[in-house]
Amino acid sequence: MATSRRSFVVGASAFAVWGANSAFAQKKYDDGATDKEIKIGHTGPYSGPASSYGQIGKTIEAFFKSVNEAGGVNGRKINFITRDDGYSPPKMVELVRQLVEQDKVLCLFNTLGTPTNTAIHRYMNQKKVPQLYVATGASKWGKPKEFPWTMGFQPDYHTEGVVYAKHILANVKDAKIGVLMQNDDYGKDYYEGFREGLGKETGKIVKHVTFEVTDPTVDSQVIQLKDSGANVFFNIATPKAAAQAIRKAADIGWKPAQYLNNVSASVGSVMKPAGLENSQGIITAQYLKDPTDKQWENTDDFKAWVAWMDKWMPGANKADANHVFGYAVSNLMLETLRKCGDTLTRENVMKQAANYQKYKLPLLLPGITINTSPTDYYPIQSVQLARFKGETWDLFGDVMSAEGS
Amino acid sequence: MAGSSRVWVLGAIVVAVLVPLLQPVFPDVVSNYRLFLISTMIIASIAVLGLNLLTGFNGQFSLGHGAFYAVGAYTAAILMDKMNVPYWATIPAAAIVCFIVGYLFGLPALKLEGHYLALATFALALAVPQILKYKWLEGLTGGVQGIVLMKPEVPFGLPLSEDQWLYYFCLVVMIVLFWAAANMLNSRSGRAMMAIRDQYMAADTMGIDTALYKTVTFGISAAYTGIAGALSASAIAFVAPDSFGIFLSIKFLIGLVVGGMGSLLGSVLGGVFYVLVDNSAQSLTQFIRNDLGLPFDLSAYTVFGVLLIAIIYLMPMGIAGGLFIAYRKLRGARA
Repeated sequence: MATSRRSFVVGASAFAVWGANSAFAQKKYDDGATDKEIKIGHTGPYSGPASSYGQIGKTIEAFFKSVNEAGGVNGRKINFITRDDGYSPPKMVELVRQLVEQDKVLCLFNTLGTPTNTAIHRYMNQKKVPQLYVATGASKWGKPKEFPWTMGFQPDYHTEGVVYAKHILANVKDAKIGVLMQNDDYGKDYYEGFREGLGKETGKIVKHVTFEVTDPTVDSQVIQLKDSGANVFFNIATPKAAAQAIRKAADIGWKPAQYLNNVSASVGSVMKPAGLENSQGIITAQYLKDPTDKQWENTDDFKAWVAWMDKWMPGANKADANHVFGYAVSNLMLETLRKCGDTLTRENVMKQAANYQKYKLPLLLPGITINTSPTDYYPIQSVQLARFKGETWDLFGDVMSAEGS
Repeated sequence: MAGSSRVWVLGAIVVAVLVPLLQPVFPDVVSNYRLFLISTMIIASIAVLGLNLLTGFNGQFSLGHGAFYAVGAYTAAILMDKMNVPYWATIPAAAIVCFIVGYLFGLPALKLEGHYLALATFALALAVPQILKYKWLEGLTGGVQGIVLMKPEVPFGLPLSEDQWLYYFCLVVMIVLFWAAANMLNSRSGRAMMAIRDQYMAADTMGIDTALYKTVTFGISAAYTGIAGALSASAIAFVAPDSFGIFLSIKFLIGLVVGGMGSLLGSVLGGVFYVLVDNSAQSLTQFIRNDLGLPFDLSAYTVFGVLLIAIIYLMPMGIAGGLFIAYRKLRGARA
C-alpha cells in the first residue's frame, strides 16, 4: 500500500490543476473525489457489544479491494476508510467528524447501528454529506423531506411487521396473538408496524410481553404468553432470545402458529440452537439469500459470491449472513458510484442513489429489486415469506411489498 | 515554587485562549474538528479531575464514575429537551443533581472500604444504563433511543464557529472548576481530605469528621464528573444509554492512573492522554500494517494496551509524576 500516499499526492495535485481550469472542465468533484480516487468513509463495531457485526465492515473492505484490483470505478480507485466506533454514539460523532472534516470523504457508507447513526443524523444533513445505505432497519432513515442526505438499505422493521400482520389476518382463523418484544426502538418499530398491519383488528393481540436485550432468559415471558391462550406467536427478538423462546415454547407444549422476525431468521444461530424439530413451520420474511440454504447453491450470483469469498476472504465463515449482507450492500454502493460517472459531487451521489428502478442486486431473493426515488428513500421494501422445513427456509407465496408506505 | 507554577498556569491559559483565534491563519492545523477534539479532551479532564478528588486525594476507589457522568448528561439533556433550559444553565443543575446522587451514594459507601467500594461503584455503573431504559423513566429519557439535542449556538453574534464557541465554553468551565479544586485542596478541608487518605485513624483521632468529609467528597467528585457529562451532552448533541457503557468508567480510571493520582496537572494529562491515544491507536495499527508493511493485524486495543503497560512501567507515578521526576533530575544534573 506504499502507493496510496503517492496516488493521493498525484490526486491532490490533479485536484489543484482541476481547480484552476474548472470553468472548462466536464468533470465535477466535491471533497473526496479526484481523477484518481474516491474516498468513502465507514465506521463499524469492530470492538464492543455488537462486534459480531464487525464482519460486515471487513467484507466491505475486501470488496472494495477487489474492485480496485479490477481497475476501480470509471478509472478511479476507491479509498475505503473504516474505523472502529465500538457501537458508542459519542465515539461515532468524533470519528465521523474526523472522516468528514479531516479525511474529507465524499460520503459515508453503511455506518452501522441505530443509536450510532442517530448521533450523526443531524450533523450529516447539516454538512450535506451523504449518509448512504445505513446498516439499520429503523424506519427513520427514509425521510427525504427532513433528512435529504440519509438513506437506509434493508426493509425497515415497520414494513416487515405490516407483512406478518396481513398474513395472519388472511390465514389464521380466530387469531389470538401473543407478542414477545425486545424492549427497544427496534422492537417497537416492529410492533408499531404490526399493529398498523392489523388495522382495526388490534384487539386480536391478547398478550404483549417485553424483555431487555440483557436479560439472561425469556422463559417467564413465554409462559405468560402460553397462559394467555394465544394461538399465534410473534417473536420480535434478536438471535439469542429468539432461539430461547422457540425452545421454551416447545418445552412447555405450546404450539401456536409462529412468526419470527427476519433479524433472527438464521438457521445457524437460531434454528439449530432452538432445535430443528422445535422450529418446523415457523414463518419469517426474507430478502437476502441465506448462505446456509442449499437451494441457492446453483444460482449465478450465489456462485459468484462463494468464489469471491474464497478468493478475498479466505478462512471466513461462509455461514455468517453478515458476509452476504456486506457483499450485497457494497454492490449497490459500487453501482451508485458507477452511475455518478464523472460528476462525483455529493448532490449527484444522492441523486443517483434516489434513482433506482427495479435494479437487480446480487444475493437478493428472486423478484426483489431496488427501488428508490426522490420521495422514496427505502431501497428494499419487499420481502418474501418463508416457512422453516427440514433444515432450510422454504419460500412460499408472492413477493410482498409495502412500496410507497 | 508556587510563584513559578502560577506563571506556567497563566501562560497555558493564555495559549489556550489564543489558539482558536489562529484559525484564519492556519485553517488546516487549527480546524474545527481539532477544536472539537480538544473540547472532548477538556471534558475528559474534568471527569478525571472528579475521580481524582475522590480517589487521588481522598483515597476512596470508584469504578463507577461513568454513572455520574451519565446522570449529568441526562440531567442536561432532559432540561434542554423537555424544559427548553439553555445549555449553560444545565451545568449548575447537573452539578447539583450529581452532588445529591453522589452524596446519597456516599452514605452507604461509608461502610464499604477499598475493594468492596470499588465493586459497589462498579455495580452502579452497570445499573445506570439499564435504569435509563426503564419503562417508567422512558417518557423522560427517551429509552434506548436517547435524546437528540441541538448544539450550543454562538451567542451575541460573536464571529466564532460553533466549535470555537464550544471550546471556549468548555475552557471556561474547566478553568473555574480547576481553580475551585485547587483552592479547596489548599484549604483546611483539602488537608483533611488528604489526611483521611493517608492515615484514616490518625485523622479520626485528630477530630476530623471523617464520615462527613468522605460523603461530601463523594458528592463533590460526582458533581465534577456530572458537569463533564453535561458538557458532553452539549458537545455531542445526543445522549443514549449506549453512550455510557462500563468502559467509560474504566476509561476515567485509566486517565486517572496514567495522568497521575493526586495531581491536578495529572487530571489534565489523563484526559488528553485518553482521547489522544484512543484516537491514534487505530491510526497507528493501520500505519503499522499499511505503511510499514508489517504483517501484524493488531486490533486498536492491543496497541492501546501495550502503550498503557509501557507508560505504567516507565512512569509508575503517572505522566505528571514522571514529568516531575524528570524535571528534578534535570535540575539536579545542572546544579
